[in-house]
Amino acid sequence: MKKFLSILLAVLLIAVSLVCFASCGNESENEGGEGKFKVGVIHIGDPADGSGYSYTHDLGIVEMQKNLNLADDQIIRKLNIADDDESAIREAIEACISEGCKIIFTTSYGYMDTTEALAKEHPNVIFSHGTGYKSNETNFNNYFGRIYQARYLSGIAAGLKTKTNKIGYVAAYGTELAETCSGINAFALGVQSVNPDAEVYVKSLNSWFDPANETAYAEALIELGCDVIAQHCDTANPQIAAQTKGVFGCGYNSDMTKDAPKAHLTASIWNWGVYYTAATKAAMDGTWAEFGNYYGSLADGLVDVSALSENCAENTAEYIKLVKDLFKEGTWDVFSGVKLSFKDGALVKTDADLKDNAGKVIVAAGGASVEDSVITGTMNYFVEGVSLK
Amino acid sequence: MNTIIKFLFYSIRMGVPLLFGTTGEIVSEKSGSLNLGVEGLMAMGAIGGYYFGCKTNSMIVALLAAFLCAALGGLVYSFLTITFQANQNVTGLTLTIFGVGVYEFIGRSLTSGGKYPVMDEASQMVFMKSDIGIPVLRDIPYIGTLLFSYNIMVYISVLVAVVLWIYITKTKTGLKLRATGENYGAADACGVNVSFYRYMHTVCGAGITGLGGLYLGVVINGGAWNESWINGMGWISVALVIFAKWNPAKAIFGSFLFGALTVLQSWKGNLKEAFPDVLGWVDVIPNEFYQMLPFVITFIVLVVSSIRDKGRGEQPTCCGINYYREER
Repeated sequence: MKKFLSILLAVLLIAVSLVCFASCGNESENEGGEGKFKVGVIHIGDPADGSGYSYTHDLGIVEMQKNLNLADDQIIRKLNIADDDESAIREAIEACISEGCKIIFTTSYGYMDTTEALAKEHPNVIFSHGTGYKSNETNFNNYFGRIYQARYLSGIAAGLKTKTNKIGYVAAYGTELAETCSGINAFALGVQSVNPDAEVYVKSLNSWFDPANETAYAEALIELGCDVIAQHCDTANPQIAAQTKGVFGCGYNSDMTKDAPKAHLTASIWNWGVYYTAATKAAMDGTWAEFGNYYGSLADGLVDVSALSENCAENTAEYIKLVKDLFKEGTWDVFSGVKLSFKDGALVKTDADLKDNAGKVIVAAGGASVEDSVITGTMNYFVEGVSLK
Repeated sequence: MNTIIKFLFYSIRMGVPLLFGTTGEIVSEKSGSLNLGVEGLMAMGAIGGYYFGCKTNSMIVALLAAFLCAALGGLVYSFLTITFQANQNVTGLTLTIFGVGVYEFIGRSLTSGGKYPVMDEASQMVFMKSDIGIPVLRDIPYIGTLLFSYNIMVYISVLVAVVLWIYITKTKTGLKLRATGENYGAADACGVNVSFYRYMHTVCGAGITGLGGLYLGVVINGGAWNESWINGMGWISVALVIFAKWNPAKAIFGSFLFGALTVLQSWKGNLKEAFPDVLGWVDVIPNEFYQMLPFVITFIVLVVSSIRDKGRGEQPTCCGINYYREER
């Protein structure tokens, strides 16, 4: 019996290795598809999961594919590439290159350094890194957007909805990252535009992905008296917790009304397709040299708020539209010395100091916006009315 | 006062999956099966209960399915270790990898385009998902919140632990079970069917563990699939068995204590808010410390208990050793 088993095992092993070799052969045959323009995408997760980050990025890729009439085999996706595993990132990107990709999007912050190194090694391939700040003059840029503008709008929805004047915010990080910090500040300023008395309570997860704690943080905030829960983290768990507890919430990344239909107001969302289409087109047309770094805004259509749910308070749609128009005009920005408020359904601009939560003046009344500190990553304070819990 | 009560409330809620895991593992180890696959069993129970619960939109079916799916994992384990005499540690570890794999495989195939199956709050689901508690009693100040305002799973978990404690310590079958774990040779000589007892209790223990997995999925994560529902809770359960000295009654206390350690991270701000003078310092400690706290305490418990007990201590003597009758 033992002998039979070992023979069987040996035969199986040989068979398996043969199959492996065979498939290797197939891969190298495919390599030569040089005629077609190929696009590589490195995802940190699996777009099929949940409402989160990779899902929204992949929606953008799909939109780009449709806009530019690319065939399915012209998009090469590498999924579940941990962004702290340098060798895995390198392997995935190099696989894209060997499969003939001419432009490669690396979608997570942690891919930055590896992408930079590979851009140096492969000058003929274009590298585009999301949410980071590094770039070079020729074949490596970064892309991100003014999601804080969308957060300001969702803040309006939250500020109109709250009864307790306490709004919770489950954030991945606090002031240590300008991305989260600017989002919280813009949200709070949006809240204050319609509800000057409301306070924003922030709890920082210290992680981009920690589903069980995302629920627990939301619950703890609700116990502090918050009746609207906003979030800057990956899963819809804070929204679901809000629904279970009978309060409301503002999601992030994708429209989370489907996750928490009774609680969700509106989410700040990305339309990455706008960027992916523009960048891929530039790479195809050979106009990449002029493309540079990308920092899209609401006016570009890169960021927006999702369709307002029926949970939203009265006037939400009107007020959000007024501010949206202002963003599109480009005459005003969130982090400036001009405060917005509403009177009789009309927008009122007043000059006022923008202060941090220790009372220090960041922008004097009437002063210009400090949005640069969002882009360069130097914003590291909470505005008045925000407190870390 | 209110904050303290609420903190305890959430600690107990968070301790429930640990309690299921710990009591399940205690039953299994009492029979002599050192099943290290708790993490995998929880995962299997979670995904099984979730899948069938969503299909039928019924809490009862979800509970049964969670129990049965994890029990199936326990059956595989029993079959390998009891019938085939495979090494218990290795089989348990393999079961962890297998169970989590099954969970991810099924979970991923259920979710697509950002959508996943949902259990409606219709029918009885609301008993599990929201903290309904016991009417009237829950309105008593303080005590009502602390004792009578949980979802049904909390009461089930405590009930299971108490029943098992009575079963193990007070009944005749419990005595035979303990004999199987302490000295299988003697038990066999007394006419106890060792294999049958091990099979029974390993499978049932696994099933109870699976309920913890379902709780993590449906209550802690709100029923939205993601790849880290279990996230190490199974491993903490294994350590809690030692902490509880193989006693389901002590496991209740131990699980809720570890629940508190887990909840502390999200509640430190609330505690500081309520007691700024006494607990002002909880905020100064970095978040990373709270994140590692349950695991560090687990580590300390294991070290301290193994030093203090010098050798096997309270652990059933034959736990981890396969029974091969012909070698007796």
